[in-house]
Amino acid sequence: MSALTRTPRGLDRVNPVTPFAAATLYSLPMLLTIDLVSAAVALGAWIIVFAGAGIGPRTVLRRSWPLLLAAPLSAVSMLLYAEPGGRIHAQLWLIVISDQSIELALAIGLRVLAIGVPILVGLVGLDPTRLADGLAQVARLPHRFVLAALAGVRLFGVLGEDWRQISLARRARGLGDTGAVRRAMQAAFALLVVALRRGGTLATAMEARGFGGAERTWARPSTLTRADAVLLLITAVVGALAVGTALATGSFRPVWQGAL
Amino acid sequence: MTGSRIRARGWGWRHAGRDAPAVAGLDLDVEPGERVLLLGPSGAGKSTLLSALAGVLGGEDEGDETGELTVDGAHPSSLRGTAGLVLQDPQANTIMSRVGDDVAFGCENLAVPRDEIWSRVRHALEAVGLDVALDRSTAALSGGQRQRLALAGVIAMRPGLILLDEPTANLDPAGVVEVRDAVARVAAETGATLVVVEHRVETWLPVVDRVVVLTAGGGAAADGSPASVLGAHGAQLAADGVWVPGLPVEVARGTGHAGEPLLELDAVRAGRAGEAVHEAVSLEIRAGEALVVTGPNGAGKSTLALTLAGLMPAVEGEVRATEPLRAPDVRESRPIRWRPRQLARRIGTVFQQPEHQFVAARVRDEIAAGLVALQQPKHAIAQRVDGLLAALRLEALADANPFTLSGGEQRRLSVATVLAPAPRVMVLDEPTFGQDRRTWTELVRLIASLVDDRGCSVVAITHDPDVERVLGDRTLRLGGSAAEHGAAAPRAERA
Repeated sequence: MSALTRTPRGLDRVNPVTPFAAATLYSLPMLLTIDLVSAAVALGAWIIVFAGAGIGPRTVLRRSWPLLLAAPLSAVSMLLYAEPGGRIHAQLWLIVISDQSIELALAIGLRVLAIGVPILVGLVGLDPTRLADGLAQVARLPHRFVLAALAGVRLFGVLGEDWRQISLARRARGLGDTGAVRRAMQAAFALLVVALRRGGTLATAMEARGFGGAERTWARPSTLTRADAVLLLITAVVGALAVGTALATGSFRPVWQGAL
Repeated sequence: MTGSRIRARGWGWRHAGRDAPAVAGLDLDVEPGERVLLLGPSGAGKSTLLSALAGVLGGEDEGDETGELTVDGAHPSSLRGTAGLVLQDPQANTIMSRVGDDVAFGCENLAVPRDEIWSRVRHALEAVGLDVALDRSTAALSGGQRQRLALAGVIAMRPGLILLDEPTANLDPAGVVEVRDAVARVAAETGATLVVVEHRVETWLPVVDRVVVLTAGGGAAADGSPASVLGAHGAQLAADGVWVPGLPVEVARGTGHAGEPLLELDAVRAGRAGEAVHEAVSLEIRAGEALVVTGPNGAGKSTLALTLAGLMPAVEGEVRATEPLRAPDVRESRPIRWRPRQLARRIGTVFQQPEHQFVAARVRDEIAAGLVALQQPKHAIAQRVDGLLAALRLEALADANPFTLSGGEQRRLSVATVLAPAPRVMVLDEPTFGQDRRTWTELVRLIASLVDDRGCSVVAITHDPDVERVLGDRTLRLGGSAAEHGAAAPRAERA
C-alpha cells in the first residue's frame, strides 16, 4: 500500500479536484478586465508563489509551453488589428499600429500568460486515477460515469498502438498510394471499429467484476485537507491583489467597455 | 468459502439478429467445488455459456433466453460477485492503470470496506504468484502476468465460481504454465467451482476433474471424467478442432530445395525510436524455404518481422532485396524505401491482429482492395478473388463484413488479402495464435504449400512448437539481452 498512502509533495498534496475549483475562482475576476497592471501583478505574484512552493522554472515551462506560443500570437493580432486610438505609428490597409493597439497587445499577451500559466501548472500532469477518485468522492459526480471515463482514458493509450498497427498494415497491403484524405478516412474507420470492440469487451470485463451496483466503496480515500484550503486561499489572494491593484491605480478596464 | 452450484435445464440463448441459437436445450449440473473443462467445436456456444454464468450476457435487447440457468439457485444476472470471469485477450481484462487498483476494482464494486480491500488485494496477488509493486503500471506487464492479474482481481472478490474463457490461448509457453499453475493453486485454496473453456486440453488435464463437451446448437454431447470422455470421443473432438493429447497434427511437406536469396539481412537490429530490441541478425531469406522465428515475449520478434517486411526502418544494419525480388522494375534495394504498391506485390505481411488489416465492408472487397490498388484489370481481379475465396473456404462469407467474422475466419481472410497480389515473400506474425486444431491445420497446410509448391519464402513468427516442427526449415531464436521476462511486449502479448 506504500504507493497509495505515501505523502505526496507540493502540488501533489492537494486533491486533484481542487485545482479545477481554484482555476475557476481565479480566472473569473481576471477575465473581467483587460489592463496591464492586474496581469503584471498576478504574473509577478505567481512567480513568487511558484518559487515558494518549490515549483521550478523547468516544471513551469514544461507544463505551460503552448502559452508561450499563444501569448505572442494574440498580442501580435491585437497590435495589428485592434481599433486604432492615440498616435498612429504605421498603417497598411487594415493594419494600423497605434498607441492604443500597442497597449492592448501588451495587455492581452500578458493576460494570456497571467491566466493560463498558473492554470496549466496546476492542471497538467494530474493523475487520472486520483482525479477520478476526487471527482467521485469529493465532487460527488456519479461513480459510474467517472469510472467509465477513467477506463476510457486508459483505453485511449492502447488505441495509439492500434493506430500505428493500422497504418503499417495499410502500407503492407499496398494501400498507401491513394489520396491522403481517403486513406485517413479508411484508417480512421478501422480504428473506430477496433475502438468500439475494445470498449465493448472492457465494459464486459468491468461488469464481470461487479461494476454497476448502486453502492460501492473506494480503496483509495480522496479527501480535502489543509493543503486544498491553502491552494484556494493563495488563488483568491493573488486574484484579489491583482484586480485590487488595478482598481486602486485606476487602470482597471472592464472587458465590456472594450477599447478606450 | 464453498463453491457455487450450477444448474441448467433446457437452457438456451439466441443472440439478437441471429437465426440459430448459440446454445439450445442444455441440461447440466455442476456440484460445488467441481473443476470442469468445457470443450466443443467453435460455434458450440462455450463462450456464450460462460458469459451467461458470469451474468454479463445482457438483457432482452441482446438476445432471447429459453429454459432455466441458475447459480446457487438464482439467475446469474441477479448476482454480483458470485462468479468471476477471465477473458481470452489479456488486454481486455485490464481495467485500471496500476496493479493494486486493478485488483481492488472488483472489491470496491462489491462495497467491501477499505481496510479489508487492501488485505484481500495482497492476498490475491500472493495467491496468483504475481510479485510486483502495487503501483506498477499494468501496461508494463507481460501477457502471462496480465492474466494472473485478472485472476487476482477475480479471486479478491471471493467468488464461488471462477470462469475462464481460453485464458492461455494468447500466451507463450512460459505464460501458459504460469497461469495454469496459478489457477490450480487458487482452485485448491478457495474450493471455488471452476469452469474452463480451452482448446488445448493437455494444459488443463492436471487441474480439471470433469470434461463436458457441447455440440453446436445442442446441449452436452459428452460428460464425464477426462479419461473417459477423451477416450470415447477423442477422434471426434480432434476433428472438431480440440487439441486432444496424444493425437499430434501432421502436415506433409514437399521435398523442394531452397532457391535463390530474396532478402538479405546484414547485421540488422530492429527497434523503435532508435532503440534496438534484439541482438544483430544476419541471414538470407531464400525462395522455397520457411524460416521460423521464436523466442520469449519481448524478445523483439514482431519488431524484427515488421522491419524485414519493409514496414519499419532498421535501427542498425540493413535489409536488402535481391535482384530477383526487385524484378522487373524496382531499383531501390531497401524495401523500407519502396512505395506501398511496390512492396505489396513483393513482400506480404499478416499481422497478429487481423482486424488491424481490414479496410473494406465486404470480404470480397477486402481481398480485392490490394489488387485494385495495383490497378489490375477488373476481370482478373474477380477471378483472383474467387480463387482465393475457394482456397480459404470463405465463399459462403463473400458478402459478410470482415469485422463480424470469427477469429479463425478473420485469420484466413487476412491471409487471403495478403496472398492476393502474389508476393514472393510472406511474413506472418503468430499465424496460429488462439486457433483451434482445425483452423491450425488449414493454415499451416496453406503456408506449407506456398513454400513447397509456389516457391515462396515464408517467415513465421511463432512460439507454437508444432509450427516450428512443421515449418521450421530454419529457425532463428531471438532472446537473451532484451528478452527479460516481464519486460513490456506491447504487441507480442496481444492477440
